[in-house]
Amino acid sequence: MKIAVCVKYVPDATGNRHFQHDKTVDRVGVDGLLSELDEYAVEQALQIKEKAGSPDDVEVTVLCVGPEQAVDAVRKALQMGADDGVHVQDDAIAGSDAIATSLVLAKAMQRGGGADGAGMPYDLVMCGMASTDGAMSVMPAMLAQRLSLPQLTLASKIETQGAKVRIQRDGDDATQVVVGEMPLVLSVTDQSGEPRYPSFKGIMAAKKKPVKILTLSDIGVDAGDVGLSAAWTVVEETTARPPREAGEIVKDEEGSGARALADFLATQKFI
Amino acid sequence: MSEILVVVDHVDLPEGVAIKKSTYEMLTLAARIGVPSAVFIGPKAKGAGVAEAVKRYGAQRLYVVDDEDLKSYPVAPKAEALQQLVEKTSQSGGVGAVLITSSAEGKEVAGRLAITTGSGLITDAIDIEAGDDGPLTTQSVFAGSYTVKARVTRGTPIITVKPNSAVPVEADGAGQVDEVAVTVSEAARGARIVASQPRAVTGRPELTEAAIVVSGGRGTGGDFDPVEDLADALGAAVGASRAAVDSGWKPHSYQIGQTGKNVGPQLYFASGISGAIQHRAGMQTSKTIVAVNKDEEAPIFELVDFGVVGDLHTVLPAVTEEVRRRKG
Repeated sequence: MKIAVCVKYVPDATGNRHFQHDKTVDRVGVDGLLSELDEYAVEQALQIKEKAGSPDDVEVTVLCVGPEQAVDAVRKALQMGADDGVHVQDDAIAGSDAIATSLVLAKAMQRGGGADGAGMPYDLVMCGMASTDGAMSVMPAMLAQRLSLPQLTLASKIETQGAKVRIQRDGDDATQVVVGEMPLVLSVTDQSGEPRYPSFKGIMAAKKKPVKILTLSDIGVDAGDVGLSAAWTVVEETTARPPREAGEIVKDEEGSGARALADFLATQKFI
Repeated sequence: MSEILVVVDHVDLPEGVAIKKSTYEMLTLAARIGVPSAVFIGPKAKGAGVAEAVKRYGAQRLYVVDDEDLKSYPVAPKAEALQQLVEKTSQSGGVGAVLITSSAEGKEVAGRLAITTGSGLITDAIDIEAGDDGPLTTQSVFAGSYTVKARVTRGTPIITVKPNSAVPVEADGAGQVDEVAVTVSEAARGARIVASQPRAVTGRPELTEAAIVVSGGRGTGGDFDPVEDLADALGAAVGASRAAVDSGWKPHSYQIGQTGKNVGPQLYFASGISGAIQHRAGMQTSKTIVAVNKDEEAPIFELVDFGVVGDLHTVLPAVTEEVRRRKG
């Protein structure tokens, strides 16, 4: 069985996230890392591998689209235990919207993670529930659409039996059990289980694991179909939100806090 | 003026259909950029009732897509139905935009629809206005630290709208019912829903729709009684931080933050919540923010309009009492 885990390299949320002159997110001039929510997908992929009858027959490939530094995200997943990586890296990709990114990911998978056009080799395409930067939460659905695969998304519990997959999906209004058969797209939430930390052994082993670098021409994507100029949306303006004006903070002393708070709620017409 | 399709956000109940407030908010926003029509994907028999409701908020038409053949499969059939509707209505004048609630499923449907209709996609809009080159949306990004204005440049703008983004305005619509037949591909039936457990009814407002949200975190120590009592006194919804959910004190459906619900109420009342960036991402667009926390260094105090440094177990019951007394 072959599993592809799609991971994103994102600006560190605790750092100074900002936009560049062209109104795209600065992904190069800031500290970046593997999107935290993608670690859950890596974890579940590794668990599927470990629970398999013969784990050696399950190959977990990490797939990433991003600038040179994005290899850090791939490396982190390899340290956790993934087998190998594919990094699609091409200057023309910068500024791509989700639509173009899904095209690049889908084509990279259909090319068998290589330039040989071997066809879509993956039984499972796994994703996190959202990125921690754009947070659109649309990539798994877009990939399912592009690859014509069933989507089992937002899984908090996953069971596999042969090619059959059964998930618990915590939906907006109900908790559902959804079933499907591989190949399919599977996205997992942060309720699926805490991701492991890389062990020292894992960190050392990751140094020797292969990461294939692919360009757009390797995967048969026209550079004119991706990047900022090909985006189907345009950002007109980005404005840093002024910091909130400092509010009033009181220390509670024998009920004074509650009274002051009730006064505040009353002046704001909440009571 | 082009037609704006608003997908009715609803829960199907045995006795009828519960239409969510976000539907009326989107109809109000739609009227700013074109002629609003609503799309109801649900039981055909309930279409007339939905039409009555949406026409009070300006819907000129209601397209009814019977969901008998769709409802056993998540996401994909809805996206196919909308694609067919967009193509059909495009032949008769054109669709100016499709508005869908920014829920988990809404965003997934929108993602697929964008690809199949060859259209640009904007998610989590908090405002929409008419622009010279089509609808201009506002989004709040990076945990509320930036505001972004954007528009779609290709195809039919597909926009997901966060609940509480507009105040619903009543307007006279014709509410003409138009039943639409759609076909669902085999590919869309690849994932099947075999069981569904609706959320337990709490009797409190829906978290994403509520005007007031009272939430509790680690500082509750697992005792949510003071939080819930205050919520009930204020007529508020109850939320929880991830720490409280991970501790098993509240189900995940209560979680507010990056990986939970995203709320933007008139008043957000955080009790015993430190205010990590992941939590802020889910509540920072709240109009007024109030916090009670023992730790005066808690980052939540950087956000508040009013904060009390103190023990929520004594402060909250006292506030609840004051609220009840003043409300009479």
